[in-house]
Amino acid sequence: MKTFSYERAKTPAEAAAAAARINGARFIAGGTNLLDLMKLEIETPVHLIDVNGLALDKIEVMPDGGLRVGALVRNTDLAADERVRREYPLLSRALLAGASGQLRNKATTAGNLLQRTRCAYFYDTNMACNKRSPGSGCSAMGGVSRQHAVIGGSDACIATHPSDMAVAMRALDATVETVRPNGSTRQIPIAKFHRLPGDSPHIETSLQSGELITSVTLPKPVGGTQLYYKVRDRASYAFALVSVALIQQKDGSGRVALGGVAHKPWRVESAERALPRGSKATADAVLAGAKPTHDNEFKVKLVERTLAAVLAHAKEMRS
Amino acid sequence: MQNTEDINRRELLIAGAATAAATAFPPTVSAQDSGTAAPVISKVTFEVNGKQQSLALDTRTTLLDALRDHLHLTGTKKGCDHGQCGACTVIAGGRRINSCLTLAVMHEGDRITTIEGLGTPEHMHPMQAAFVKHDGFQCGYCTPGQICSAVAVLDEIKAGVPSHVSADLLTPPKFTNAEFRERMSGNICRCGAYSNIAEAAAEVAGTRA
Repeated sequence: MKTFSYERAKTPAEAAAAAARINGARFIAGGTNLLDLMKLEIETPVHLIDVNGLALDKIEVMPDGGLRVGALVRNTDLAADERVRREYPLLSRALLAGASGQLRNKATTAGNLLQRTRCAYFYDTNMACNKRSPGSGCSAMGGVSRQHAVIGGSDACIATHPSDMAVAMRALDATVETVRPNGSTRQIPIAKFHRLPGDSPHIETSLQSGELITSVTLPKPVGGTQLYYKVRDRASYAFALVSVALIQQKDGSGRVALGGVAHKPWRVESAERALPRGSKATADAVLAGAKPTHDNEFKVKLVERTLAAVLAHAKEMRS
Repeated sequence: MQNTEDINRRELLIAGAATAAATAFPPTVSAQDSGTAAPVISKVTFEVNGKQQSLALDTRTTLLDALRDHLHLTGTKKGCDHGQCGACTVIAGGRRINSCLTLAVMHEGDRITTIEGLGTPEHMHPMQAAFVKHDGFQCGYCTPGQICSAVAVLDEIKAGVPSHVSADLLTPPKFTNAEFRERMSGNICRCGAYSNIAEAAAEVAGTRA
């Protein structure tokens, strides 16, 4: 691991200002992904700003009936929160499908959104990777790409975003709240938070330099039947091959977001009109234009089948 | 000259670990001290097993390395060092965490319990006693992590934290074999003592595996 200096931030604005002032500084909260990458020298911050002391660990009901989740709320606490279990079960289910008990105890809401891809070529510093080393090429293309994206990729990158929580938040239309180094705040709809790789896969979010996530807000509960199905190589503690988040109302209308298929949580609002017509029609619409590799073309069929299972389960719950 | 039989278990483990490290990791991993700048030293004070500890550490020191190399509490084990195996599990602030994926300096004022703090050979924690009774281990390397994790799992169930296999999010979870196994998926046992580990935990929980 490279050497780095360390400070404990006192306020969000101070943390953001410090990050903008020091070139190569990074925030650290749970640290479960950042330290993993620092040990491999994929991340080499010269300065760490510990944000754990900031009072951003509350879950509050907002005047409009929605929920404000502090950036530092641990994954365990968010999944176990009574209001989340009751009103946003999709979010609880997605969180509980991710990582291990130990990691969920440390991992934070903001950190979960900011975790980096698990692409094996990104992790192997001997291999070319445009995300780790811009311009070096992509070893996943022509390599082993079973885990990789089937849609939204580019010639530069076919990595997937590994988060389960973010897929649920995309279906729930969450908003990311931030503070910038000059002290101003802004709200970023989750749909615009994560980026597709394009020709700059190393830029993964719409955050600016030094910008710090302070909370994530959820609109007032939308009800319906909420399910999160995650298909993976083992029953627990593995990243998704594909995952399906479903919110479905009594009339059959609803929302669908997918994990494991793209560089960001994948949702196509216009495709949701196909939901009453079933899994094949919906999967075809959500994954229209998919470009799978030889290794991961199974994911296209797997999305349809997982969607079929989820819709059958939802129907059973409504009856 | 030292006879082969005289090599103690610790030396053997060290030799074994060195061999494993040389073959199991890419060259980049062995270059952990390749920072060009001088190490940055930072002070941290926390409580470990009821005892206040003040250390001046290279900021890069993980909680795991601080416990093992600086406080000589070698019960906590280093397996993968990347949060995948759970051998380094300790309880910090009442919660189980991977001590390899957190920096020691991030634990200012924290209260940490390691396997040494749960019990002693003379006065074992009920979970330690149950692991012995049910043979919840073979080589023993993952055992401190398994025990710390199992103790915390029972607390999590008591606190009503749901899991991936909880059928209903609005009903308090109960200790069942399926619940325990799901919650312990972050602790790997390559000897495969899982069924005995589950029986040990079930006994402490007051149910049957």
